[in-house]
Amino acid sequence: MELLKVENLEVVYNDVVLVLKGLSLSAGQGRITALLGANGAGKSTTLKAISGLLEGEDGEITDGRVLLDGEPVQGLAPEKIVRRGVFQVMEGRRIFQDLSVEENLRCGAFTRPSREIAPGIEAVYGYFPRLKERRRQLAGYMSGGEQQMLAIGRALMAKPRLLLLDEPSLGLAPLLVEEIFEIVKKINQSAGVTILLVEQNARAALAIAEHGFIMENGRIVMDGPARELLSNPDVQEFYLGIGGSGEKRSYREVKHYRRRKRWLG
Amino acid sequence: MAYYLQLIIGGLVVGSIYSLVALGFVIIYKATKVVNFAQGELVMVGAYACFALTVQMQLPFLLAFLCTLVFSVILGLALERLVLRPMIGEPIISVIMVTIGLSSVLKSLVQLFWGTDIRVYPQVLPSEPVVIAGLPVAPVYIAAFALALTLFVIFTLFFKYSRLGIAMRATAYDQQAAQSMGVSIKNIFALSWCIATMVSSIGGIILGNINGINSQLGVLGLKVFPAVILGGLDSLLGAAVGGLFIGVLENVCDAGAKDLLGLSGFKEVAAFVFLVLILMVRPYGLFGTHEIERV
Repeated sequence: MELLKVENLEVVYNDVVLVLKGLSLSAGQGRITALLGANGAGKSTTLKAISGLLEGEDGEITDGRVLLDGEPVQGLAPEKIVRRGVFQVMEGRRIFQDLSVEENLRCGAFTRPSREIAPGIEAVYGYFPRLKERRRQLAGYMSGGEQQMLAIGRALMAKPRLLLLDEPSLGLAPLLVEEIFEIVKKINQSAGVTILLVEQNARAALAIAEHGFIMENGRIVMDGPARELLSNPDVQEFYLGIGGSGEKRSYREVKHYRRRKRWLG
Repeated sequence: MAYYLQLIIGGLVVGSIYSLVALGFVIIYKATKVVNFAQGELVMVGAYACFALTVQMQLPFLLAFLCTLVFSVILGLALERLVLRPMIGEPIISVIMVTIGLSSVLKSLVQLFWGTDIRVYPQVLPSEPVVIAGLPVAPVYIAAFALALTLFVIFTLFFKYSRLGIAMRATAYDQQAAQSMGVSIKNIFALSWCIATMVSSIGGIILGNINGINSQLGVLGLKVFPAVILGGLDSLLGAAVGGLFIGVLENVCDAGAKDLLGLSGFKEVAAFVFLVLILMVRPYGLFGTHEIERV
């Protein structure tokens, strides 16, 4: 069962820049799907196209469809898409710094009836006990990891069916990345939330995902079960930084990388 | 001494009206980043609407008051929808010019319907002064101050605890992130204009009960600038404190200049002299936002 299906999506910024060039992907109900790719490949744009947040950035879907449970949602206002159960945790966390932790969480529940707020907050504290200690604190004074926890917790308040996570590992120490990813996995398993995870950290992402898509220059260039991708020599070389023979790569190989990249694109 | 105390009380009352208008100004600025130069004219329109209902249509004052509130909510929605929304995404300076245009239009409309004469409200509260701590104070002053105070308490609670209030603060901080929570930015903009027109109308009605109104009432909007700059453009508490302070400052400086220097008319400039001073010392105001920097 596919909860999300994206078909031949084309996105243009400022009426000129073609960022997504016929991208197709899908996310299975109740699964974690990883979307990997280099900087500028169009990963964030893909998420924003799904959640409707392109609107504020002069971006426009010019072709293709986004289907949620078989129903087209492309071009809807972002607040309508949130009400259908899609919630994007944006890159860089984007928490409301001059609101307290608890106010941030309440904001996440904006589309939910008020009787769900108190139990929702408790559930979030269950996943992230550290947030509970800081509930009255201004969110801006928290560390990066705590802010990321808050951003994910805030998303959970909306009780989404599909959670779009944009680089949750950004700027975090490796141990913290591990912690966050474990919680993401836990959220997926216990609450049954479908997750589409965009990451630079391919190893961490593929470790928790069931399926992976790799994109370059606005297209999907490869996809498959996470385990297969992890053992694929091209993925190992370009995304996991392990050379074919395991030895260190020298500068000469950069040329080789470019050649391979062209081949992939 | 008693004379100065009287002046301070008078200043606090006028200041509470400044605070209300400043509140409207701050809410619009916080939510939409628009500096609304038509704020004073919104006060005037509200005052004339209530005047028309009480004097020309002979409604009881309380009913007229409520009708004016309804009218100002509709006016706020209409202004946002017809004048401000088409300007979304345009450079901020164009939007500000539009509000200046709007202030002229509103002022001309009022002059068209009611002319330029001073109009007086019928007496609602008794004119017999109440003695507080040995000083006679007009009941209308007490009512005005209490009304302003109540409104501030209501709005503080609204922004602290209600879903919409928190969403408005969130939108003020990061529009796109608020959008990603399912908050409709357009509704928030409309709501902030509604609140702004409503509190301005209330300010106008209070003024009408104290002094009477004329078509120059919009000048009050200018007095609000020192108040909001002093308080910090994006702080509700700042609006309250700034408004009260400017009200008192005007009265005291005016009397002081007359007594000590023999100068009159200092009332009109005192606030602006002070505005320049604040901008030099503390441009983000007493309570304005500093960016949070994590070290």
